Amino acid sequence: MSKITFPRMGESWRAFKLLLEDLGNEVVVPPRPNKRTLDLGVRYSPEFACLPLKILMGTYLEVIEMGAETIVTSGGVGPCRAGEYAMLHHKILQDLGYNLKMIVFEPPRLYPLNFIKNVRALNKARVSIKGIIERVKRGWRMLQALDNAEKLSHVVRPREIKTGTTTAVYKKVLDWISGAYTMKQIVEAEAAALEALRSIPQDPSREVLRVGIVGEIYVLLEPASNLEIEETLGNLGVEVERSMFLTGWTRDNTWNETTHGLTVKEAASPYLPELVGGHGRDSIGHTILYAKRGFDGIIQLAPFTCIPEIVARTILTRVSRDYDIPVLTFFLDEQTGKAGMTTRLEAFTDLMRRKKRFQAGAECLTG
Amino acid sequence: MAVKVGIPRALLFYLYYPMWQAFFNEIGVQVIPSGRTTKSILDDGIREALADVCVPIKLYYGHVTDLKGKVDYLFIPRVVCLNGKTVYCPKFLGLPDMIRYSVDNLPPIIDVRMDSRQGRFSLLKAYIEIGKYFGAGKITSIKAYLKALGVHYRFNRLLRKGFSPLEAMEILKNPRTAKAGSATTKVNLKFAVLGYPYAIYDSFISVNILERLRQLGVRVMTAENIHPALLSLQRNCDLPKRLFWTLSDVALKAAHLLFKRGRIDGILHITAFACGPDSLLNKLIELKAKQYRNVPFMTLMIDEHTGEAGIATRLEAFVDMVRRRKEAESCRK
Repeated sequence: MSKITFPRMGESWRAFKLLLEDLGNEVVVPPRPNKRTLDLGVRYSPEFACLPLKILMGTYLEVIEMGAETIVTSGGVGPCRAGEYAMLHHKILQDLGYNLKMIVFEPPRLYPLNFIKNVRALNKARVSIKGIIERVKRGWRMLQALDNAEKLSHVVRPREIKTGTTTAVYKKVLDWISGAYTMKQIVEAEAAALEALRSIPQDPSREVLRVGIVGEIYVLLEPASNLEIEETLGNLGVEVERSMFLTGWTRDNTWNETTHGLTVKEAASPYLPELVGGHGRDSIGHTILYAKRGFDGIIQLAPFTCIPEIVARTILTRVSRDYDIPVLTFFLDEQTGKAGMTTRLEAFTDLMRRKKRFQAGAECLTG
Repeated sequence: MAVKVGIPRALLFYLYYPMWQAFFNEIGVQVIPSGRTTKSILDDGIREALADVCVPIKLYYGHVTDLKGKVDYLFIPRVVCLNGKTVYCPKFLGLPDMIRYSVDNLPPIIDVRMDSRQGRFSLLKAYIEIGKYFGAGKITSIKAYLKALGVHYRFNRLLRKGFSPLEAMEILKNPRTAKAGSATTKVNLKFAVLGYPYAIYDSFISVNILERLRQLGVRVMTAENIHPALLSLQRNCDLPKRLFWTLSDVALKAAHLLFKRGRIDGILHITAFACGPDSLLNKLIELKAKQYRNVPFMTLMIDEHTGEAGIATRLEAFVDMVRRRKEAESCRK
């Protein structure tokens, strides 16, 4: 039986593993991207391809060493480059002499036949359609549980009394969730996980800044690619709200758009009425919505040479001025170092705090 | 006095200027293109634009600043799709917004959306909308559009004959000048230069590559000189999916056609530093070049710091090697 694998994106692999194993596949779990992954990826990718392509290239080469023979990934219809990446990966891997099978999921609304064909190819256990739906629902519920735990960890971390508690607890509860199998177990594990996170000793009187994170989906969702920016910010006493989670994005892009998705589009339309691919318009829309909700600052994360985010960045300069909200942009690539990023984040946090106190009427600005 | 509309001499200028000019002139509007690229125009662009954008976009910013104060309107259409299939680079899609929100004190921008996927007459509708800015009626606009299409057709025919866009524009203006370029040196090689028209035909940022090659005794052709029908015969170039972007798609198809036909002595790909679509396109051409080892292939990357000497050395070395190889091969026969 051919071993199957998929791109790693944050903690979502736990749900994908559950789903693919349930359908009767042998799964190779992609390892967390590290220095070696990036080195491998950079060696075989085009120089100006964006960071996600390079990390995935490295991941694929690593999972091939581990015996994977089939890769399940997503496609796209442009104009963002990511839609062509599956094809380019396949070409490069073939050029290196690996003969792999790629199963590429295109948007099901536009290519229903491709969707059915792919599902059939993955359904090794010959589960009935009803069975598939039941299993997908279970996988989906697990994704939601993982997302909810992550969201809560962002709220708790800046308020924790002993630094590092949240991260430790969060790592532990992830295993509880991925250990669950039936729907009932998943719901119970989620409840226990949220309870465990909530019961971390917190300091309610602490002055906490709120920052929204916008940008390109891969670098937002994969902590290894954004150098754990959320953890760093949390330790600096900043509550983070990320604009994108896998469950929300999938819902917006497969079945029908949620009201939330439409609100973002509407908010962005005075500045950028056109879909420029990727998440350019979302970045602008989310920034405006966060500003209206009184956030203290925005951090935009994008891979170096990401075209849609460059367009968004150009326009965000004006949004930042119009809505009086500071925006800090990180273009991430294989050269980005954690120390440099932390320094910039510390400076940004200090500026936001100063601005907040100043607006609150504090007199002494230097002390 | 007639209303003046400014068209920056960058990006799609090299493919659509004659058509746009004809349209505007027909509805009674004067068209003013920005001047030829100079160091100061490029410097202006670098100052105005975000550091991470590619050099053609920086150049566009420079040309926009060049037109500031000289014109009543700026024509920066939002060109999404013109052939019903492929779109343009995301930076083209957000171009009017990028310019509007980062350059101050601009004249009003005409940012009509052109997307031929939205019905058969969507392009015509876009031009009627442009006409409305200047109070031109529907009939006038339609007449002007038809005339512009005619000019565009003649322009493309000249391109296919082997003229560069600037030469073709000159010929359209006064047909008398139409004559083949004077052959100064011995021409015995034929190269194809692939890349985006706005990078290779702007003699400033491409460091005059086309002219340099001619001086080295190389006949140069570009993707614009190939008949579109021949290109569309390449279908998807053995890929499961076509490239999303029109100009990249054209370049890839041209590369495939030229590699397959093999009647060419070398292929050069000109790419701009940090160009998004080119990161894919270049790799795909490179992989193809590996299969056709009889056609030498080289990539040249340009950016705002490109030095003339460096490019000239690389070009001379490439031409010399190709020439030696060709001579050696003819001796073997």
